Amino acid sequence: MTARTLYDKLWESHVVTDMGDGSALLYIDRHLLQEVSTHQSFLALRERNRPARRPQTSLAVPDHAVPSDGRSEALTGLAAAQVARLADNARDFGLPHIPLDDPRQGIVHVIGPEQGFTLPGITLACGDSHTSTHGAFGALAFGIGASDCATVLATQCIVQKRARTMEVRIEGELPMWVGAKDVALYLIARFGAGFGTGHAIEYRGPAVSAMSMAARMTLCNMTIEAGARVGLVAPDETTFHWIDGRPYAPQGDAFRTAVDLWRTLPTDRDAIYDASLSVDISDLAPQVTWGTNPQDAGAIDGRVPDPDMAPDEAARAQQRRALEYMGLTPGMALSDIPIDRVFIGSCTNGRIEDLREAAKVAAGRRVAAHVRALVVPGSTPVKHQAEAEGLDRIFRDAGFEWREAGCSMCVAMNEDRLAPGERCASTSNRNFEGRQGRGGRTHLMSPSMAAAAAVTGHLVDVRQIG
Amino acid sequence: MKPFVSLEAPALHLVEDRIDTDVLFPARFLLIMEKDGLGRYLCYDRRFDAADHPVANAIDPALAAGAGIWLAGRDFGCGSSREQAVWALTGAGFSCVVAESFGEIFAANCLRNGMLAICLDRGAIDTLGRASADGPLRVDLPSQHIGRDDLSIAFEIEPAAKQRLLNGWDEIDTILARAAIDIDAFEAVQRSSQPWLFED
Repeated sequence: MTARTLYDKLWESHVVTDMGDGSALLYIDRHLLQEVSTHQSFLALRERNRPARRPQTSLAVPDHAVPSDGRSEALTGLAAAQVARLADNARDFGLPHIPLDDPRQGIVHVIGPEQGFTLPGITLACGDSHTSTHGAFGALAFGIGASDCATVLATQCIVQKRARTMEVRIEGELPMWVGAKDVALYLIARFGAGFGTGHAIEYRGPAVSAMSMAARMTLCNMTIEAGARVGLVAPDETTFHWIDGRPYAPQGDAFRTAVDLWRTLPTDRDAIYDASLSVDISDLAPQVTWGTNPQDAGAIDGRVPDPDMAPDEAARAQQRRALEYMGLTPGMALSDIPIDRVFIGSCTNGRIEDLREAAKVAAGRRVAAHVRALVVPGSTPVKHQAEAEGLDRIFRDAGFEWREAGCSMCVAMNEDRLAPGERCASTSNRNFEGRQGRGGRTHLMSPSMAAAAAVTGHLVDVRQIG
Repeated sequence: MKPFVSLEAPALHLVEDRIDTDVLFPARFLLIMEKDGLGRYLCYDRRFDAADHPVANAIDPALAAGAGIWLAGRDFGCGSSREQAVWALTGAGFSCVVAESFGEIFAANCLRNGMLAICLDRGAIDTLGRASADGPLRVDLPSQHIGRDDLSIAFEIEPAAKQRLLNGWDEIDTILARAAIDIDAFEAVQRSSQPWLFED
């Protein structure tokens, strides 16, 4: 039998019908739904009078539009209508639903793994591009649009093109204060925002094996910013240990049977990838972005680039436009950039490990007088865990606002957003124009770097103050 | 779904790399639950100021001229999976985007909405851009060509995608009509090998 990659195994074990042209009708084992991307999907089913084929394979939760300064009592207007619509749709189609006031509520990509809904070896779809997050468990997980959500609900399948495979080997050992977010930004800056387009990326190597599940999720989460819909890490003991005992995971004998099956998933020794990249991160510095795409990133001890030095006219024009939007001067030190706001949270960096890392920096310090800083746990269980560990106290004492779980300031469709011209140190995933609010200026970084920016009032190398 | 066969329309020549779906359809408008009428929000923050007054931009003159084709750069539609980006484009009158590359989820969403996404190199896109200054471009899907007058540039498209656009069939109906037995068979096998996925 030919040697196969993890992606090959996941793909081939879910083909219902091979279309013969590189695409297939692919079976979807599990489907996460949130309020913003699914109302038209349910409408499409209602118009055709179609039921959900296997409603229990879905899990619906509100996260994008929800307030972080309260729960359902704080919901108003269009957001309230959207959250209510999700509840109505879940009820009418028989889908499991976690309401806003439920102790399990949170961002889809945080609660899926947390509840054990995300498992190795499965296919998982969600109407959200950061569904790549779940690939950290060795699941074939990808974002889809509203039309495809309807198709998954009605048929449990989707027509999908098989991706090419790409191996990204991460050699070395992560230095102190450098983590998965820095690795992700570094990869995108070094190889370009579209380097993964058309591929399913599998992260491998000693640095990946040493990563916690939270770090692997951050890495896979950011994969869509490299242009790839799918990011993967092969399941191992770290994965199995993490899943054991979670509510939706198989229990007892079924868990042991499942682990035996999951052990067959990693890429075979002689398997060949369509493309391979390798980096050594032993000397990596903390990364920050200066522009309007995640590829506009560099080491914190560097400078804002000079567009005149860019390789071609298209890149020069792009950099000029980005620097104008960001209000930055070519050549200025990145650590001289003052900030107005800090956002710690999101599906990229809203897990308990991320909050612990930020709290280590915040402990015993004060948020700079001109800065407003938010800490938004990725889920309500993360919030409760952080409170049990006293992290909320550390953040509050330092002058951070401690909020309720949700997407918050990552997406600017709830009350948490930047005012025009405001500059934010953010642990989220996108620094696109207007992403955190019209005219808002986003600098992406890790949780410890964001906390360091909060207490100094400007972008700063956490290694100097940590 | 509306089929796509051919199109003759003016083009918007705005070759900028990485026009993401947040630019195409700003997130705050995602609270709108209707699908129709989203064309007015297309690239809203490029077309209107913070007080909702129109500002000079490259897009509005093309919309006024009835543009149906967008000539774009690299990674068009990258970022968020929001299908509203495609609905805003179709709502504003576009049914074809030509770019060096596309965000993958965006490209899939195009296909589900009768929007033809064509990949060409920058040279060909620039040639089309110059030609579009003289008048409408013509796109013909059956013969896989785009151009004007004597200019005719061939483009690639996967056979299955081409068929879907040409016939405009409903995806759910098609799957259930053609593959219902296959899906049942797949589930039977999966149920015995991974019973923990079938506790419903």
